[in-house]
Amino acid sequence: MDFLRQAFELLFPPDKELLQIIGVTMRMSFFSTTISCIVGLPLGALIGTRRFRGKAFLKKTIHTLMGLPPVVAGLIVYALFTHYGPFGSLNLLFTVRVMVIAQCLLIIPVVTGLTASFLEKDASPMIETAKGMGLSKRRVLFLCLSESRASLLSVVLNAFGRSIAEVGAVSIVGGNIQWKTRVMTTAIMLETNKGKFSFALALGFILLLIAFAVNAAASWIVKEDARDD
Amino acid sequence: MKKLLAVLLTALLVLSLAACGGKTTPDVSETDAPQSEAKADESQANVENPVIRLSTTTSVNDSGLLPYLLPVFEQATGYKVEVQSAGTGAAIQKAIDGNDDLILVHAKASEEQFIEDGYGVERLPFMYNFFVIVGPKDDPAGIADCENAAEAFAKIRESESKFVSRGDDSGTHKAELKIWGDDAPDASADSWYISAGQGMGACLTMASEQQAYCLTDKATFLSMQAELELGLLLEKGDDMKNTYSLIAVNPEKIDGLNTEGAQALINWMLSDEASEMIAKYGQEQYGVSLFYLLEK
Repeated sequence: MDFLRQAFELLFPPDKELLQIIGVTMRMSFFSTTISCIVGLPLGALIGTRRFRGKAFLKKTIHTLMGLPPVVAGLIVYALFTHYGPFGSLNLLFTVRVMVIAQCLLIIPVVTGLTASFLEKDASPMIETAKGMGLSKRRVLFLCLSESRASLLSVVLNAFGRSIAEVGAVSIVGGNIQWKTRVMTTAIMLETNKGKFSFALALGFILLLIAFAVNAAASWIVKEDARDD
Repeated sequence: MKKLLAVLLTALLVLSLAACGGKTTPDVSETDAPQSEAKADESQANVENPVIRLSTTTSVNDSGLLPYLLPVFEQATGYKVEVQSAGTGAAIQKAIDGNDDLILVHAKASEEQFIEDGYGVERLPFMYNFFVIVGPKDDPAGIADCENAAEAFAKIRESESKFVSRGDDSGTHKAELKIWGDDAPDASADSWYISAGQGMGACLTMASEQQAYCLTDKATFLSMQAELELGLLLEKGDDMKNTYSLIAVNPEKIDGLNTEGAQALINWMLSDEASEMIAKYGQEQYGVSLFYLLEK
């Protein structure tokens, strides 16, 4: 239980470097989750609620991409942003921004795929009713998203969970640079490689605490929201 | 369409069955096992526990030295060496946790601590090579003419040229810190000093991308040179020697060890046969030796 003592010592009083690492982690996860949801939720809603040619193929593609190994996403983004790559001149490699880009590549398919399958299951009666009421296609889409928000919250939290727990992609494109691109997961990897196993476990424990806090906050917001209705 | 699918599936099934059949063939021949076992017995004489667990640093494994040496040892003795490679810090910690029979590392102070704490039997330095400083080919800090690494580091600091540090408690990181001396740069204050916290290969890639300087073992640099936009700027300074040691884990401190196996591997690594192989390693591929033997 040495790791619990070490976790406690890191938090009280809070270690300066740990706070900085948590800051980078939260910034990265916030942007990865937000961008992935801005793109993935409407895209998933479109796929889940409408019929069009090539839909089955598109769904298979998305389900395949949901299983994209993080290392591969990292390698793809690395190849794009490396010094001699197509976007090398932007000088984004080893920054938090490029870590967000790599994570979006991983998480957008997850958000899209999960949203589509949720809505496919729940939405067809809703769509029928809405159509009966003579609502426009855009209104129907909006209604579906708004009515399924409890299920969609789990999609958003899933995206956040992916982002905060991911190590393969961010270590390649971020480089785990101290005071710059080091996040909780790459810090844990580093301590593991150093052989400081119980310290690494302490960091893992703190990461779990953060994830728990975020989940608790999210479900509290939804409850408040439901009460308002 | 359905018919075609059925034909395809059948073909697939037949193929996979055939593949399985291929795999089972050796199993069948295992009925002849007594014969081959007897043959193996001759060479492995009295090997009770054939598995030796060796914890080592990335530089000796990833440079290809161990994959080159160990099959010869295994062939001669019948032992099987399971190699785990990590930074020196992790290599030592895994041995302390009782997961290894011996270690092959390169960080004198940590090795001595390991023995002082009772985990290691004896430190046996047996080979060395040199750290080198690599960097942008145009060498903005002008370190190529320096006498040693300390002088080169001073110039890098003075010009605030980018420098990628391992930052991971590895043998190379410890060697780097020793060269900086008492006032190592502070990654939080000195923006030119990049503490990467990654392995040698990842750090070299980063140094190439950022056109930064980096302290590395020569073997890893040579094996990656083709993909890197970096030049070999300084080598063989008096403060850049990198000594590797073998240490058997102490059976009085940790139980369940294969001490006999560890000793057999140590004896072989220090033998004339292995020494000759080590001295030759790298000459064919890179035209230079990657490791040198310590005078016995």
